Amino acid sequence: MESLINLEKKINSELTTKINSSKIKHGQIYLLIDSDDIIDVILFLKTNENTKLRQLIDITAVDFPEREQRFRIVYLLLSHEFNTRVLIEFDISEGEKIPSLTKIFPSANWMEREVFDMYGIDFKDHPDLRRILTDYGFEGYPLRKDFPITGHNEVRYSEESKKVIYEPVKLEQNYRNFDYESPWEGTKYIKNQTKE
Amino acid sequence: MTKQTKTLNLNFGPQHPAAHGVLRLILELDGEVVEKADPHIGLLHRGTEKLIENKTYAQAVPYFDRLDYVAPMNQEHAFALAIEKILKIEVPIRAQFIRVMFCEIGRILSHILNITTQALDVGALTPSLWGFEERETLMTFYERVSGSRLHANYFRAGGVHQDMPRGLDADIFDFTKKFPKIIDDLESLLTENRIFKQRNVDIGVVSKQDALDYSFSGVMLRGSNVPWDLRKSQPYDCYDQMDFKIPVGKNGDCYDRYLCRVEEMRESVKIINQCLQKMPKGPIKSTDGKISPPPKKELKESMEALIHHFKLFTEGYRVEKDEIYTAVEAPKGEFGVYLISDGSSKPYKCKIRAPGFSHLQAMDYLIKGHMLADVPAVLGSLDIVFGEIDR
Repeated sequence: MESLINLEKKINSELTTKINSSKIKHGQIYLLIDSDDIIDVILFLKTNENTKLRQLIDITAVDFPEREQRFRIVYLLLSHEFNTRVLIEFDISEGEKIPSLTKIFPSANWMEREVFDMYGIDFKDHPDLRRILTDYGFEGYPLRKDFPITGHNEVRYSEESKKVIYEPVKLEQNYRNFDYESPWEGTKYIKNQTKE
Repeated sequence: MTKQTKTLNLNFGPQHPAAHGVLRLILELDGEVVEKADPHIGLLHRGTEKLIENKTYAQAVPYFDRLDYVAPMNQEHAFALAIEKILKIEVPIRAQFIRVMFCEIGRILSHILNITTQALDVGALTPSLWGFEERETLMTFYERVSGSRLHANYFRAGGVHQDMPRGLDADIFDFTKKFPKIIDDLESLLTENRIFKQRNVDIGVVSKQDALDYSFSGVMLRGSNVPWDLRKSQPYDCYDQMDFKIPVGKNGDCYDRYLCRVEEMRESVKIINQCLQKMPKGPIKSTDGKISPPPKKELKESMEALIHHFKLFTEGYRVEKDEIYTAVEAPKGEFGVYLISDGSSKPYKCKIRAPGFSHLQAMDYLIKGHMLADVPAVLGSLDIVFGEIDR
Protein backbone atom coordinates (compact mmCIF):
# COMPACT_ATOMS: atom_id res chain seq x y z
CA MET A 1 0.00 0.00 0.00
CA GLU A 2 2.82 2.37 0.91
CA SER A 3 4.61 1.68 -2.34
CA LEU A 4 1.38 2.48 -4.17
CA ILE A 5 1.14 5.88 -2.47
CA ASN A 6 4.77 6.57 -3.39
CA LEU A 7 4.12 5.49 -6.95
CA GLU A 8 1.08 7.72 -7.17
CA LYS A 9 3.16 10.66 -5.89
CA LYS A 10 5.90 9.95 -8.40
CA ILE A 11 3.50 9.75 -11.32
CA ASN A 12 1.82 12.94 -10.21
CA SER A 13 5.07 14.85 -9.84
CA GLU A 14 6.45 13.69 -13.18
CA LEU A 15 3.28 14.23 -15.14
CA THR A 16 1.88 17.18 -13.21
CA THR A 17 0.16 18.95 -16.07
CA LYS A 18 -1.21 15.81 -17.66
CA ILE A 19 -2.96 14.20 -14.71
CA ASN A 20 -6.33 15.73 -13.87
CA SER A 21 -6.90 13.61 -10.81
CA SER A 22 -5.65 10.42 -9.26
CA LYS A 23 -6.80 8.09 -6.52
CA ILE A 24 -5.95 4.76 -4.98
CA LYS A 25 -8.71 2.23 -4.51
CA HIS A 26 -8.87 -1.56 -4.27
CA GLY A 27 -5.07 -1.63 -4.48
CA GLN A 28 -5.04 0.01 -7.90
CA ILE A 29 -4.20 3.52 -9.09
CA TYR A 30 -6.85 5.36 -11.09
CA LEU A 31 -5.66 8.27 -13.25
CA LEU A 32 -7.97 10.70 -14.99
CA ILE A 33 -6.34 12.48 -17.95
CA ASP A 34 -7.20 14.36 -21.14
CA SER A 35 -7.65 12.44 -24.35
CA ASP A 36 -4.81 14.29 -26.11
CA ASP A 37 -2.23 13.22 -23.54
CA ILE A 38 -2.86 9.48 -23.73
CA ILE A 39 0.17 8.67 -25.87
CA ASP A 40 2.55 10.68 -23.67
CA VAL A 41 1.17 9.24 -20.46
CA ILE A 42 1.26 5.64 -21.66
CA LEU A 43 4.75 6.02 -23.10
CA PHE A 44 5.97 7.51 -19.85
CA LEU A 45 4.38 4.80 -17.73
CA LYS A 46 5.73 2.06 -19.96
CA THR A 47 9.33 3.26 -20.15
CA ASN A 48 9.92 4.98 -16.83
CA GLU A 49 12.18 3.09 -14.41
CA ASN A 50 9.87 3.73 -11.48
CA THR A 51 6.66 2.58 -13.10
CA LYS A 52 7.57 -0.09 -15.69
CA LEU A 53 3.95 -0.68 -16.66
CA ARG A 54 4.95 -2.91 -19.53
CA GLN A 55 1.76 -4.81 -20.12
CA LEU A 56 -1.44 -3.48 -21.57
CA ILE A 57 -4.15 -5.65 -20.10
CA ASP A 58 -7.18 -4.23 -21.83
CA ILE A 59 -8.84 -1.24 -23.41
CA THR A 60 -12.52 -0.66 -23.00
CA ALA A 61 -15.15 2.05 -23.08
CA VAL A 62 -18.17 2.87 -20.96
CA ASP A 63 -21.26 4.59 -22.29
CA PHE A 64 -22.97 7.30 -20.25
CA PRO A 65 -25.64 8.60 -22.65
CA GLU A 66 -26.81 11.35 -20.28
CA ARG A 67 -23.39 12.98 -20.06
CA GLU A 68 -22.21 15.64 -22.45
CA GLN A 69 -18.98 13.72 -22.98
CA ARG A 70 -20.67 10.45 -23.59
CA PHE A 71 -17.90 7.86 -23.55
CA ARG A 72 -15.29 7.07 -20.97
CA ILE A 73 -12.27 5.21 -22.31
CA VAL A 74 -10.39 2.98 -19.89
CA TYR A 75 -6.88 1.56 -20.25
CA LEU A 76 -5.71 -1.13 -17.87
CA LEU A 77 -1.97 -1.45 -17.35
CA LEU A 78 0.07 -3.93 -15.34
CA SER A 79 3.64 -3.89 -14.10
CA HIS A 80 5.23 -7.26 -13.37
CA GLU A 81 8.26 -5.72 -11.67
CA PHE A 82 6.33 -3.68 -9.14
CA ASN A 83 3.20 -5.81 -9.12
CA THR A 84 0.94 -2.80 -9.64
CA ARG A 85 -2.11 -2.11 -11.73
CA VAL A 86 -2.99 1.31 -13.10
CA LEU A 87 -6.25 2.37 -14.74
CA ILE A 88 -6.08 5.35 -17.06
CA GLU A 89 -9.34 7.01 -17.98
CA PHE A 90 -10.58 9.93 -20.02
CA ASP A 91 -13.88 11.16 -21.37
CA ILE A 92 -14.73 11.92 -24.99
CA SER A 93 -17.80 13.06 -26.85
CA GLU A 94 -19.50 11.12 -29.60
CA GLY A 95 -17.66 11.39 -32.91
CA GLU A 96 -14.37 12.40 -31.32
CA LYS A 97 -11.30 10.52 -32.51
CA ILE A 98 -8.67 9.22 -30.12
CA PRO A 99 -5.05 8.28 -30.79
CA SER A 100 -4.27 4.61 -31.34
CA LEU A 101 -1.77 2.79 -29.13
CA THR A 102 -0.80 0.20 -31.73
CA LYS A 103 2.69 1.71 -32.12
CA ILE A 104 3.41 1.29 -28.41
CA PHE A 105 1.61 -1.98 -27.73
CA PRO A 106 0.92 -4.26 -30.70
CA SER A 107 -1.77 -5.94 -28.62
CA ALA A 108 -3.79 -2.71 -28.67
CA ASN A 109 -4.79 -3.57 -32.24
CA TRP A 110 -7.65 -5.96 -31.48
CA MET A 111 -8.61 -4.21 -28.27
CA GLU A 112 -9.19 -0.97 -30.19
CA ARG A 113 -11.02 -2.85 -32.90
CA GLU A 114 -13.31 -4.22 -30.23
CA VAL A 115 -13.99 -0.75 -28.80
CA PHE A 116 -14.70 0.47 -32.32
CA ASP A 117 -17.00 -2.47 -32.97
CA MET A 118 -18.93 -2.19 -29.73
CA TYR A 119 -19.11 1.59 -29.28
CA GLY A 120 -18.31 3.15 -32.65
CA ILE A 121 -15.32 5.06 -31.35
CA ASP A 122 -12.77 5.96 -34.00
CA PHE A 123 -9.02 5.60 -33.53
CA LYS A 124 -6.51 7.79 -35.33
CA ASP A 125 -3.66 5.97 -37.13
CA HIS A 126 -5.02 2.51 -36.48
CA PRO A 127 -3.63 0.21 -39.19
CA ASP A 128 -6.69 -1.97 -39.62
CA LEU A 129 -9.84 -0.62 -37.98
CA ARG A 130 -12.44 -3.24 -38.93
CA ARG A 131 -15.28 -4.75 -36.98
CA ILE A 132 -14.14 -7.76 -35.03
CA LEU A 133 -16.79 -9.56 -32.99
CA THR A 134 -20.03 -8.77 -34.77
CA ASP A 135 -21.32 -10.35 -37.96
CA TYR A 136 -20.12 -9.40 -41.44
CA GLY A 137 -22.19 -6.41 -42.53
CA PHE A 138 -23.47 -5.68 -39.04
CA GLU A 139 -24.89 -2.23 -38.37
CA GLY A 140 -25.05 -0.34 -35.10
CA TYR A 141 -22.93 -0.41 -31.95
CA PRO A 142 -24.21 -3.11 -29.59
CA LEU A 143 -22.75 -2.03 -26.26
CA ARG A 144 -24.13 1.49 -26.45
CA LYS A 145 -26.91 1.89 -23.92
CA ASP A 146 -29.43 2.88 -26.60
CA PHE A 147 -28.92 -0.36 -28.56
CA PRO A 148 -31.79 -2.76 -27.80
CA ILE A 149 -30.79 -6.01 -26.11
CA THR A 150 -32.73 -8.03 -28.68
CA GLY A 151 -30.88 -6.42 -31.58
CA HIS A 152 -32.39 -5.43 -34.91
CA ASN A 153 -31.95 -8.47 -37.16
CA GLU A 154 -32.34 -12.16 -36.73
CA VAL A 155 -30.98 -14.94 -38.87
CA ARG A 156 -32.63 -18.13 -40.05
CA TYR A 157 -32.32 -20.71 -42.77
CA SER A 158 -35.04 -20.22 -45.34
CA GLU A 159 -36.35 -23.40 -46.94
CA GLU A 160 -37.78 -21.44 -49.91
CA SER A 161 -34.66 -19.57 -50.93
CA LYS A 162 -32.36 -22.38 -49.73
CA LYS A 163 -30.03 -20.04 -47.89
CA VAL A 164 -29.57 -18.18 -44.63
CA ILE A 165 -31.58 -14.97 -44.58
CA TYR A 166 -31.70 -11.89 -42.36
CA GLU A 167 -35.01 -10.55 -41.10
CA PRO A 168 -36.08 -7.85 -38.65
CA VAL A 169 -36.50 -9.27 -35.15
CA LYS A 170 -40.03 -10.49 -34.45
CA LEU A 171 -40.81 -11.35 -30.85
CA GLU A 172 -43.96 -13.00 -29.55
CA GLN A 173 -43.42 -11.11 -26.36
CA ASN A 174 -41.27 -8.05 -25.77
CA TYR A 175 -38.29 -8.18 -23.46
CA ARG A 176 -39.72 -7.48 -20.04
CA ASN A 177 -37.80 -5.38 -17.60
CA PHE A 178 -39.46 -5.93 -14.25
CA ASP A 179 -39.44 -3.17 -11.70
CA TYR A 180 -38.42 -4.80 -8.46
CA GLU A 181 -37.73 -1.67 -6.47
CA SER A 182 -38.65 -1.83 -2.83
CA PRO A 183 -42.35 -1.02 -2.30
CA TRP A 184 -41.36 0.95 0.81
CA GLU A 185 -39.40 3.36 -1.29
CA GLY A 186 -42.18 3.56 -3.84
CA THR A 187 -42.07 1.97 -7.29
CA LYS A 188 -41.47 4.17 -10.27
CA TYR A 189 -45.11 4.56 -11.28
CA ILE A 190 -46.13 5.53 -7.76
CA LYS A 191 -43.28 8.04 -7.58
CA ASN A 192 -44.44 9.54 -10.86
CA GLN A 193 -48.05 9.73 -9.66
CA THR A 194 -47.16 11.46 -6.43
CA LYS A 195 -44.99 13.95 -8.30
CA GLU A 196 -47.91 15.01 -10.45
CA MET B 1 11.34 -15.22 -69.23
CA THR B 2 10.71 -14.17 -65.64
CA LYS B 3 9.19 -16.54 -63.22
CA GLN B 4 5.92 -15.28 -61.79
CA THR B 5 4.88 -16.13 -58.27
CA LYS B 6 1.50 -15.73 -56.73
CA THR B 7 0.41 -16.19 -53.14
CA LEU B 8 -2.46 -18.50 -52.38
CA ASN B 9 -5.27 -17.54 -50.07
CA LEU B 10 -6.52 -20.38 -47.95
CA ASN B 11 -9.59 -20.40 -45.76
CA PHE B 12 -8.90 -22.39 -42.60
CA GLY B 13 -12.10 -23.03 -40.68
CA PRO B 14 -14.62 -22.09 -39.34
CA GLN B 15 -15.53 -25.76 -39.44
CA HIS B 16 -12.06 -27.25 -39.20
CA PRO B 17 -11.49 -29.74 -36.38
CA ALA B 18 -8.04 -28.31 -35.62
CA ALA B 19 -9.43 -24.77 -35.34
CA HIS B 20 -10.57 -25.63 -31.79
CA GLY B 21 -13.93 -24.07 -32.30
CA VAL B 22 -15.29 -21.59 -34.77
CA LEU B 23 -12.16 -19.84 -35.92
CA ARG B 24 -11.97 -18.64 -39.46
CA LEU B 25 -8.36 -18.13 -40.35
CA ILE B 26 -7.48 -16.60 -43.68
CA LEU B 27 -3.98 -17.66 -44.60
CA GLU B 28 -1.81 -16.21 -47.30
CA LEU B 29 0.50 -18.94 -48.50
CA ASP B 30 3.63 -18.84 -50.59
CA GLY B 31 3.94 -22.50 -51.47
CA GLU B 32 3.67 -24.13 -48.09
CA VAL B 33 4.99 -21.15 -46.14
CA VAL B 34 2.50 -18.93 -44.36
CA GLU B 35 3.05 -15.27 -45.15
CA LYS B 36 0.10 -13.78 -43.35
CA ALA B 37 -2.66 -15.00 -41.07
CA ASP B 38 -5.81 -13.02 -40.49
CA PRO B 39 -8.05 -14.59 -37.85
CA HIS B 40 -11.73 -13.74 -38.19
CA ILE B 41 -13.40 -14.18 -34.85
CA GLY B 42 -16.84 -13.45 -33.49
CA LEU B 43 -18.63 -16.44 -34.97
CA LEU B 44 -19.61 -17.42 -31.44
CA HIS B 45 -20.37 -13.88 -30.27
CA ARG B 46 -23.37 -13.93 -27.95
CA GLY B 47 -23.21 -10.45 -26.47
CA THR B 48 -22.42 -11.70 -22.97
CA GLU B 49 -21.43 -8.25 -21.75
CA LYS B 50 -24.66 -6.70 -22.97
CA LEU B 51 -26.72 -9.48 -21.39
CA ILE B 52 -24.96 -9.11 -18.07
CA GLU B 53 -25.87 -5.41 -18.02
CA ASN B 54 -29.51 -6.48 -18.12
CA LYS B 55 -29.37 -9.15 -15.42
CA THR B 56 -28.94 -9.01 -11.67
CA TYR B 57 -25.57 -9.93 -10.21
CA ALA B 58 -26.74 -13.42 -9.28
CA GLN B 59 -28.26 -13.99 -12.72
CA ALA B 60 -25.00 -12.97 -14.38
CA VAL B 61 -22.97 -15.85 -12.92
CA PRO B 62 -24.08 -18.53 -15.41
CA TYR B 63 -22.83 -16.39 -18.30
CA PHE B 64 -19.33 -16.82 -16.93
CA ASP B 65 -19.61 -20.60 -17.23
CA ARG B 66 -20.21 -20.17 -20.91
CA LEU B 67 -17.04 -18.19 -21.56
CA ASP B 68 -14.19 -20.64 -21.20
CA TYR B 69 -16.42 -23.68 -21.00
CA VAL B 70 -13.67 -26.14 -20.20
CA ALA B 71 -12.90 -24.47 -16.85
CA PRO B 72 -16.14 -22.75 -15.86
CA MET B 73 -15.57 -22.16 -12.19
CA ASN B 74 -12.38 -20.19 -12.70
CA GLN B 75 -14.37 -17.53 -14.52
CA GLU B 76 -17.11 -17.38 -11.91
CA HIS B 77 -14.35 -16.83 -9.39
CA ALA B 78 -13.25 -13.56 -10.99
CA PHE B 79 -16.78 -12.20 -11.00
CA ALA B 80 -17.46 -13.28 -7.41
CA LEU B 81 -14.21 -11.68 -6.25
CA ALA B 82 -15.07 -8.40 -7.98
CA ILE B 83 -18.42 -8.16 -6.18
CA GLU B 84 -16.90 -9.21 -2.88
CA LYS B 85 -14.26 -6.51 -3.11
CA ILE B 86 -16.84 -3.81 -3.77
CA LEU B 87 -19.21 -5.00 -1.06
CA LYS B 88 -16.31 -5.82 1.30
CA ILE B 89 -17.73 -9.26 2.16
CA GLU B 90 -15.73 -11.72 4.18
CA VAL B 91 -15.75 -15.15 2.59
CA PRO B 92 -15.84 -18.02 5.13
CA ILE B 93 -12.63 -20.06 5.23
CA ARG B 94 -14.29 -23.28 4.15
CA ALA B 95 -15.79 -21.57 1.11
CA GLN B 96 -12.36 -20.23 0.17
CA PHE B 97 -10.87 -23.71 0.27
CA ILE B 98 -13.73 -25.19 -1.74
CA ARG B 99 -13.38 -22.46 -4.35
CA VAL B 100 -9.63 -22.84 -4.66
CA MET B 101 -9.97 -26.61 -4.88
CA PHE B 102 -12.52 -26.43 -7.67
CA CYS B 103 -10.49 -23.81 -9.50
CA GLU B 104 -7.59 -26.23 -9.53
CA ILE B 105 -9.87 -29.01 -10.73
CA GLY B 106 -10.86 -26.61 -13.50
CA ARG B 107 -7.21 -26.04 -14.31
CA ILE B 108 -6.60 -29.75 -14.65
CA LEU B 109 -9.74 -30.08 -16.79
CA SER B 110 -8.52 -27.36 -19.11
CA HIS B 111 -4.93 -28.57 -19.31
CA ILE B 112 -5.92 -32.17 -20.03
CA LEU B 113 -8.12 -30.96 -22.84
CA ASN B 114 -5.41 -28.75 -24.24
CA ILE B 115 -2.53 -31.20 -24.01
CA THR B 116 -4.45 -34.09 -25.48
CA THR B 117 -6.09 -32.16 -28.31
CA GLN B 118 -2.80 -30.54 -29.18
CA ALA B 119 -1.36 -34.03 -29.41
CA LEU B 120 -4.31 -34.99 -31.57
CA ASP B 121 -3.60 -32.06 -33.87
CA VAL B 122 -0.07 -33.26 -34.44
CA GLY B 123 -1.06 -36.85 -34.95
CA ALA B 124 -1.34 -38.68 -31.62
CA LEU B 125 -4.72 -40.21 -30.89
CA THR B 126 -4.14 -42.17 -27.68
CA PRO B 127 -3.55 -39.25 -25.25
CA SER B 128 -7.03 -37.89 -25.85
CA LEU B 129 -8.60 -41.27 -25.15
CA TRP B 130 -6.70 -41.57 -21.88
CA GLY B 131 -7.09 -37.96 -20.88
CA PHE B 132 -10.80 -37.70 -21.49
CA GLU B 133 -11.45 -40.54 -19.09
CA GLU B 134 -9.92 -38.43 -16.32
CA ARG B 135 -11.87 -35.38 -17.43
CA GLU B 136 -14.99 -37.45 -17.02
CA THR B 137 -14.04 -38.21 -13.41
CA LEU B 138 -13.38 -34.54 -12.74
CA MET B 139 -16.63 -33.47 -14.30
CA THR B 140 -18.41 -35.94 -12.07
CA PHE B 141 -16.96 -33.99 -9.12
CA TYR B 142 -18.38 -30.86 -10.69
CA GLU B 143 -21.72 -32.55 -11.03
CA ARG B 144 -21.79 -33.82 -7.49
CA VAL B 145 -21.04 -30.42 -6.04
CA SER B 146 -23.09 -28.19 -8.32
CA GLY B 147 -25.53 -30.41 -10.17
CA SER B 148 -24.08 -30.04 -13.63
CA ARG B 149 -21.00 -31.29 -15.37
CA LEU B 150 -20.09 -28.16 -17.28
CA HIS B 151 -22.12 -25.07 -16.54
CA ALA B 152 -21.73 -25.21 -12.82
CA ASN B 153 -23.14 -21.86 -11.60
CA TYR B 154 -21.62 -22.74 -8.25
CA PHE B 155 -19.67 -19.72 -6.97
CA ARG B 156 -21.53 -16.87 -5.36
CA ALA B 157 -20.46 -13.50 -4.10
CA GLY B 158 -19.66 -14.41 -0.52
CA GLY B 159 -18.96 -18.10 -0.95
CA VAL B 160 -20.38 -21.03 -2.85
CA HIS B 161 -23.92 -22.21 -3.49
CA GLN B 162 -23.95 -25.28 -1.27
CA ASP B 163 -21.65 -27.46 0.76
CA MET B 164 -19.93 -30.48 -0.72
CA PRO B 165 -21.97 -33.67 -0.49
CA ARG B 166 -20.81 -36.34 1.92
CA GLY B 167 -18.06 -38.57 0.56
CA LEU B 168 -16.94 -36.19 -2.17
CA ASP B 169 -13.77 -35.19 -0.34
CA ALA B 170 -12.73 -38.81 -0.02
CA ASP B 171 -13.31 -39.40 -3.72
CA ILE B 172 -11.33 -36.31 -4.71
CA PHE B 173 -8.58 -37.49 -2.40
CA ASP B 174 -8.58 -40.84 -4.20
CA PHE B 175 -8.28 -39.01 -7.47
CA THR B 176 -5.25 -37.02 -6.32
CA LYS B 177 -3.61 -40.31 -5.37
CA LYS B 178 -4.17 -41.84 -8.80
CA PHE B 179 -3.81 -38.86 -11.09
CA PRO B 180 0.00 -38.32 -10.96
CA LYS B 181 0.35 -41.79 -12.44
CA ILE B 182 -1.96 -40.76 -15.31
CA ILE B 183 0.18 -37.70 -15.95
CA ASP B 184 3.24 -39.98 -16.08
CA ASP B 185 1.44 -42.18 -18.59
CA LEU B 186 0.52 -39.20 -20.75
CA GLU B 187 4.08 -37.97 -20.56
CA SER B 188 5.43 -41.37 -21.56
CA LEU B 189 3.37 -41.02 -24.73
CA LEU B 190 4.38 -37.48 -25.58
CA THR B 191 7.32 -35.88 -23.84
CA GLU B 192 10.05 -37.89 -25.50
CA ASN B 193 7.99 -38.84 -28.52
CA ARG B 194 9.99 -38.14 -31.68
CA ILE B 195 7.08 -36.99 -33.80
CA PHE B 196 5.60 -34.85 -31.04
CA LYS B 197 8.96 -33.15 -30.53
CA GLN B 198 9.53 -32.64 -34.23
CA ARG B 199 6.18 -30.95 -34.50
CA ASN B 200 6.54 -28.73 -31.43
CA VAL B 201 10.16 -27.92 -30.60
CA ASP B 202 11.16 -24.49 -31.96
CA ILE B 203 7.70 -23.90 -33.38
CA GLY B 204 5.91 -20.67 -32.50
CA VAL B 205 8.76 -19.21 -30.50
CA VAL B 206 7.85 -16.14 -28.43
CA SER B 207 10.58 -13.96 -26.99
CA LYS B 208 10.23 -12.50 -23.51
CA GLN B 209 9.76 -8.96 -24.82
CA ASP B 210 7.15 -9.95 -27.38
CA ALA B 211 5.24 -11.95 -24.81
CA LEU B 212 4.93 -8.76 -22.76
CA ASP B 213 4.11 -6.52 -25.71
CA TYR B 214 1.41 -8.84 -26.99
CA SER B 215 -0.29 -8.89 -23.57
CA PHE B 216 0.31 -12.59 -23.09
CA SER B 217 -0.54 -14.12 -19.76
CA GLY B 218 -0.63 -17.51 -18.13
CA VAL B 219 1.28 -20.34 -19.74
CA MET B 220 1.97 -18.28 -22.86
CA LEU B 221 3.96 -15.87 -20.70
CA ARG B 222 5.56 -18.45 -18.44
CA GLY B 223 6.59 -20.56 -21.41
CA SER B 224 8.75 -17.59 -22.45
CA ASN B 225 10.54 -17.56 -19.11
CA VAL B 226 8.56 -14.85 -17.36
CA PRO B 227 7.81 -16.10 -13.86
CA TRP B 228 4.43 -14.44 -13.38
CA ASP B 229 1.42 -16.06 -11.84
CA LEU B 230 -1.41 -14.14 -10.20
CA ARG B 231 -1.91 -16.93 -7.69
CA LYS B 232 1.52 -16.05 -6.29
CA SER B 233 1.88 -12.36 -7.04
CA GLN B 234 -1.62 -11.17 -6.22
CA PRO B 235 -3.03 -14.07 -4.21
CA TYR B 236 -6.78 -14.24 -3.84
CA ASP B 237 -8.86 -16.37 -1.49
CA CYS B 238 -6.55 -18.83 0.28
CA TYR B 239 -3.85 -19.20 -2.37
CA ASP B 240 -1.36 -17.53 -0.01
CA GLN B 241 -1.67 -20.53 2.32
CA MET B 242 -0.90 -23.01 -0.43
CA ASP B 243 2.51 -24.42 -1.14
CA PHE B 244 3.08 -24.78 -4.88
CA LYS B 245 5.62 -23.95 -7.54
CA ILE B 246 5.31 -22.00 -10.77
CA PRO B 247 6.85 -23.87 -13.69
CA VAL B 248 8.46 -21.67 -16.35
CA GLY B 249 9.74 -22.54 -19.81
CA LYS B 250 13.06 -21.55 -21.33
CA ASN B 251 12.62 -21.26 -25.07
CA GLY B 252 9.07 -20.02 -25.43
CA ASP B 253 8.15 -22.59 -28.07
CA CYS B 254 5.14 -24.90 -28.29
CA TYR B 255 7.03 -27.71 -26.60
CA ASP B 256 7.94 -25.62 -23.55
CA ARG B 257 4.37 -24.53 -23.19
CA TYR B 258 3.31 -28.17 -23.26
CA LEU B 259 5.85 -28.98 -20.53
CA CYS B 260 4.60 -26.04 -18.43
CA ARG B 261 1.06 -27.32 -18.63
CA VAL B 262 2.08 -30.81 -17.57
CA GLU B 263 3.95 -29.44 -14.58
CA GLU B 264 1.06 -27.16 -13.69
CA MET B 265 -1.22 -30.17 -13.50
CA ARG B 266 1.13 -31.76 -10.97
CA GLU B 267 1.14 -28.55 -8.93
CA SER B 268 -2.65 -28.40 -9.11
CA VAL B 269 -2.87 -31.90 -7.67
CA LYS B 270 -0.70 -30.71 -4.78
CA ILE B 271 -2.97 -27.73 -4.18
CA ILE B 272 -6.09 -29.91 -4.22
CA ASN B 273 -4.44 -32.21 -1.71
CA GLN B 274 -3.56 -29.34 0.60
CA CYS B 275 -7.09 -27.97 0.34
CA LEU B 276 -8.53 -31.32 1.38
CA GLN B 277 -6.18 -31.54 4.33
CA LYS B 278 -6.60 -27.99 5.58
CA MET B 279 -10.30 -27.52 4.89
CA PRO B 280 -12.10 -26.73 8.16
CA LYS B 281 -15.76 -27.25 8.90
CA GLY B 282 -18.02 -24.25 8.90
CA PRO B 283 -20.30 -22.06 6.83
CA ILE B 284 -19.84 -22.08 3.06
CA LYS B 285 -21.27 -18.69 2.26
CA SER B 286 -21.50 -15.28 3.79
CA THR B 287 -23.99 -15.22 6.66
CA ASP B 288 -25.16 -11.75 5.67
CA GLY B 289 -28.82 -12.22 4.79
CA LYS B 290 -28.71 -9.20 2.48
CA ILE B 291 -26.24 -10.97 0.19
CA SER B 292 -26.67 -14.72 0.38
CA PRO B 293 -30.02 -16.47 0.52
CA PRO B 294 -31.09 -18.23 3.73
CA PRO B 295 -31.24 -22.03 4.04
CA LYS B 296 -34.50 -23.57 2.93
CA LYS B 297 -35.33 -24.75 6.45
CA GLU B 298 -35.39 -21.20 7.80
CA LEU B 299 -37.88 -20.09 5.18
CA LYS B 300 -40.63 -22.04 6.94
CA GLU B 301 -39.93 -20.54 10.33
CA SER B 302 -38.47 -17.09 9.98
CA MET B 303 -40.28 -14.12 8.48
CA GLU B 304 -36.98 -12.31 8.09
CA ALA B 305 -35.52 -15.18 6.09
CA LEU B 306 -38.60 -15.27 3.88
CA ILE B 307 -38.30 -11.57 3.09
CA HIS B 308 -34.60 -11.91 2.35
CA HIS B 309 -35.24 -14.85 0.10
CA PHE B 310 -37.93 -13.00 -1.79
CA LYS B 311 -35.89 -9.84 -2.23
CA LEU B 312 -32.76 -11.72 -3.30
CA PHE B 313 -34.56 -13.69 -5.98
CA THR B 314 -36.61 -10.81 -7.37
CA GLU B 315 -34.67 -7.58 -7.09
CA GLY B 316 -31.32 -9.12 -6.17
CA TYR B 317 -28.77 -7.50 -3.91
CA ARG B 318 -27.64 -4.00 -4.66
CA VAL B 319 -24.01 -3.10 -5.18
CA GLU B 320 -22.86 0.36 -4.27
CA LYS B 321 -21.42 2.72 -6.87
CA ASP B 322 -17.89 1.65 -7.66
CA GLU B 323 -15.44 0.70 -10.34
CA ILE B 324 -13.04 -2.21 -10.08
CA TYR B 325 -10.81 -4.50 -12.09
CA THR B 326 -10.26 -7.97 -10.66
CA ALA B 327 -8.22 -10.71 -12.24
CA VAL B 328 -7.67 -14.36 -11.53
CA GLU B 329 -5.17 -16.81 -12.94
CA ALA B 330 -7.45 -18.92 -15.11
CA PRO B 331 -5.93 -21.98 -16.82
CA LYS B 332 -5.42 -19.97 -19.98
CA GLY B 333 -4.02 -16.85 -18.40
CA GLU B 334 -5.21 -13.68 -16.75
CA PHE B 335 -8.98 -13.63 -16.76
CA GLY B 336 -10.27 -10.28 -15.59
CA VAL B 337 -13.55 -8.59 -14.89
CA TYR B 338 -13.83 -4.82 -15.11
CA LEU B 339 -17.00 -4.00 -13.28
CA ILE B 340 -18.83 -0.70 -12.91
CA SER B 341 -21.69 -0.75 -10.47
CA ASP B 342 -24.16 2.10 -10.07
CA GLY B 343 -25.93 1.27 -6.83
CA SER B 344 -28.67 -0.78 -8.45
CA SER B 345 -28.95 -4.55 -8.53
CA LYS B 346 -27.58 -4.83 -12.06
CA PRO B 347 -24.04 -4.10 -13.24
CA TYR B 348 -23.75 -0.89 -15.24
CA LYS B 349 -20.86 -2.26 -17.23
CA CYS B 350 -19.03 -5.56 -17.11
CA LYS B 351 -16.05 -5.89 -19.39
CA ILE B 352 -14.60 -9.35 -19.57
CA ARG B 353 -10.90 -9.62 -20.22
CA ALA B 354 -10.31 -12.98 -21.83
CA PRO B 355 -6.73 -14.25 -22.05
CA GLY B 356 -7.35 -16.07 -25.34
CA PHE B 357 -8.25 -12.81 -27.08
CA SER B 358 -4.71 -11.44 -26.83
CA HIS B 359 -3.18 -14.81 -27.55
CA LEU B 360 -5.09 -15.34 -30.76
CA GLN B 361 -4.30 -11.79 -31.81
CA ALA B 362 -0.63 -12.74 -31.96
CA MET B 363 -1.39 -15.54 -34.43
CA ASP B 364 -0.11 -13.52 -37.37
CA TYR B 365 3.14 -12.76 -35.56
CA LEU B 366 3.57 -16.37 -34.39
CA ILE B 367 2.91 -18.16 -37.64
CA LYS B 368 4.64 -15.88 -40.12
CA GLY B 369 7.31 -17.90 -41.94
CA HIS B 370 6.11 -21.24 -40.59
CA MET B 371 4.74 -24.07 -42.68
CA LEU B 372 1.04 -24.67 -43.13
CA ALA B 373 1.31 -27.85 -41.05
CA ASP B 374 2.52 -25.78 -38.10
CA VAL B 375 -0.71 -23.82 -37.96
CA PRO B 376 -2.59 -26.47 -35.93
CA ALA B 377 0.42 -26.99 -33.66
CA VAL B 378 0.63 -23.28 -32.83
CA LEU B 379 -3.13 -22.93 -32.51
CA GLY B 380 -3.15 -25.90 -30.17
CA SER B 381 -0.47 -24.48 -27.93
CA LEU B 382 -2.22 -21.08 -27.74
CA ASP B 383 -4.97 -22.91 -25.87
CA ILE B 384 -7.85 -21.00 -27.35
CA VAL B 385 -11.49 -21.58 -26.53
CA PHE B 386 -13.96 -19.58 -28.50
CA GLY B 387 -16.42 -19.12 -25.70
CA GLU B 388 -14.12 -16.62 -24.06
CA ILE B 389 -12.63 -15.02 -27.15
CA ASP B 390 -15.96 -14.21 -28.80
CA ARG B 391 -17.87 -13.64 -25.56
